[in-house]
Amino acid sequence: MSNFVAGMFGSSPVQPLEQHADLVHKCARKLVTFFEQVAAGDWESVAETRESISGLENEADEVKKQIRMQLPRSLFMPVPREDLLELLLVQDKIANRSKDVSGIVIGRKLEIPEPIKPIFLTFVGRCVDATKQARKSVRELHELYNAGFRGAEADLISEMIEKLDAIETDTDDLEAEVRSALFEIEAEYNPIDVMFLYQTVGKIGEIADMAERVGRRLELLLAH
Amino acid sequence: MDAAHIYILLAAVFGLFMAWGIGANDVANAMATSVGSKALTIKQAIVVAAIFEFLGAVLAGGEVTSTIRKGIVDTGLLSDEPQLLVYGMLAALLSAGTWLLIASRQGWPVSTTHSIVGAIVGFAAVGIGMEAVQWGKVGGIVMSWVVSPLTAGFIAFLIYNSVIALILSREDPLARARRYVPFYIFLAAFTMTLVTILKGLKHVGLDLETSQAYLLATAIAVSIAIAGAMYIRRIEPDPKADKKQHFHTVERVFAVLMVVTACGMAFAHGSNDVANAIGPLAAVIAVAQSGVVAAKSATPIWVLLLGGVGIVIGLATYGVRVIATVGEKITHLTPSRGFAAELAAATTIVIASGTGMPISTTHTLVGAVLGVGLARGIDAIDLGVVRRIFVSWIVTIPAGAILAIIFFSVFRVTLP
Repeated sequence: MSNFVAGMFGSSPVQPLEQHADLVHKCARKLVTFFEQVAAGDWESVAETRESISGLENEADEVKKQIRMQLPRSLFMPVPREDLLELLLVQDKIANRSKDVSGIVIGRKLEIPEPIKPIFLTFVGRCVDATKQARKSVRELHELYNAGFRGAEADLISEMIEKLDAIETDTDDLEAEVRSALFEIEAEYNPIDVMFLYQTVGKIGEIADMAERVGRRLELLLAH
Repeated sequence: MDAAHIYILLAAVFGLFMAWGIGANDVANAMATSVGSKALTIKQAIVVAAIFEFLGAVLAGGEVTSTIRKGIVDTGLLSDEPQLLVYGMLAALLSAGTWLLIASRQGWPVSTTHSIVGAIVGFAAVGIGMEAVQWGKVGGIVMSWVVSPLTAGFIAFLIYNSVIALILSREDPLARARRYVPFYIFLAAFTMTLVTILKGLKHVGLDLETSQAYLLATAIAVSIAIAGAMYIRRIEPDPKADKKQHFHTVERVFAVLMVVTACGMAFAHGSNDVANAIGPLAAVIAVAQSGVVAAKSATPIWVLLLGGVGIVIGLATYGVRVIATVGEKITHLTPSRGFAAELAAATTIVIASGTGMPISTTHTLVGAVLGVGLARGIDAIDLGVVRRIFVSWIVTIPAGAILAIIFFSVFRVTLP
C-alpha cells in the first residue's frame, strides 16, 4: 500500500555522502601505517596494509555508485545535484590516489632512502591531516542542511575550510622539501627508483589537493 | 420497509463505506509528516488521529458537508422528482467509494474530494441536465483546488524561513527554540480553535458572538502554549547526542510543537474529508425524511458522528498498517520541517473547512511540503511522485463522474 505524501520524500544523499567521506579518509589514513611499514622494510605487513587500502577503496566505490543511483534528475534538492556529484567525485579521488600510491610502491618494492625518511613520513602524515579535515567538514553537511545553509553553521564550515586550505599549503611546502631533499641524494640511488619516488611524492601531494577541492565544493554549496 | 427507509439505509451503508475508505487510506497521508519526522510514535499517531479526526469531523465538518449536500446540484430543479437526487447521491457515494478502492489497490494517488465532487457533477450534468449543476459554485470549488496547495506552500515557505531566521541559523538555537516555539504552538492552536468555534459549535448547539469567539480561542490557545512552554522547559540537553548532531535537543523542542500540529492536521483532515462521505448521505436523509428537496434543515449531528466513527474504524482496521509503513519511507524529515508543512497545511484546510470548500487534504499537504522544499528545507523531493499526485487531480474527476453516471442509471431503473 503506497502512501503518496511519504512517497514524495526521496532518499537523502547527505548521510551516504558522509559515509563515503568516512571510508575515503580511512583509506587515506592507512597510508601512514603503510609508509611506516615501508620505511621499516616490513614487506609482509606492507602487503597486508595494501590489501586493506584496496578493500576500503572498493567499499567507497560501492557507496559512490549507490549515491549516484539514488540521485535521479527528477529530484528537487536544496543544492544542485551536479555540485553533490562533483563533491562525491573529488572525494572518491582521494581513495583512488591512495590505492594508486600504494600500488606503485608495492609493485616496485620501492624503498625510501634513509636520509629522507623523516621528512617523507611527516609529509604523508600532513596529507592525511588534510583528508581528515575534509572529512570533518563533510560531516558538518547534515548540520548545514539542518541550519538552512546559512548563519552560524555556515560560518563554522567556512572556518573549517580555511583550516583545510592552511593544511594543504603546509603539504605543498613539505612536498617541496621532500623533493629538494631527494634531489640532494638522487645521484646515489637507482635512477628508475628515484623517478618513481618523485612520482609517488607527486601523487601523495595530489591526495591533499583533492582534500582541498572537497573544501572548494563545500564552499560552492554554501554559496547557493 | 418503505422507500424512504431503504434510501437512508443504503446511503448510510455507502457513506460508512466511504468514511472507512478515507480512514483506511487518506488519514495516513495526513499523518505522514508526523510519523515521518518521528515526533510521534506510530501508536501515538494513531491515537491522535483517532481522537482529532473524530473531533474535526463532528465539530468542524458541517460547512463542507452542506456544500457537498446542496452546493453543487441545483436542487430547485428537482422538486418534482426528489428521488432523482437520492439516486444521484447514492450513485456518487458508491462511485467515489469504488474508485477509491480500485485506485488505492493500484497504488494510484487518489483524492477522495475530487472523486466525490466529480461524481456529483457527473450524475447531475448527464443524468439530470447541464442546468442542474451550479457551475458558479463548482468553479469556485475547482479554483480552491488550485489555490489551496499554493496557499499552503506559500505559508509553509514563510513559516520555515522564519524558523531559520529566528532559530536555526543562530548561534544559540536551543535557547531561541525554547523562546519562540511556544509562539508557534499558540499560532497552531489559535487557528484550529478559532475556526472550530466560529464554524463548528453551532452544530453542537453553542452560538457565540464573534468577539467572544476570538476571546475564547485566544484563551484556549494561550493555555495550550503555556502548557507547551512548561513541557519544553523540562527538556534537558543531551550533550553527548548534541555533540554528534548539534540540533538534536533543538529538534526535541520542535517535536513538542509537532505534537500540537499533528493534532491540528488530524483535526483539519477530519473537518474537511468527512463531508465527502456524509455530505451525500445528509442529502439523501433530508429528501427521504421530508419527501421534498432543499428543505432548510441543518445536517443532523448523528450523521457527522457516523462519519467520524467510520473514519476511525477505517483507521483502526487498515490505516494502522499504512501509517506504519510511512515512518520507514520518510527518513530525513526533522520536526522543524515537518511542523512547518503541517501547520501551513492544517491552517489552509481548516480555513477551507470553515468556508465550506471541499479541498484535497493530500494536495494541500503536498503543496506545503513543496513550500518547505523551496525554502531549502528538504533534502530530496521526488518530483516524479509529485507529478503523479497532481495528474490524479485531473484523472480522478472524470473517473468519478463516469462511474456515477453508470450507477445513477442503474439505480434509476432498479430502486423504487
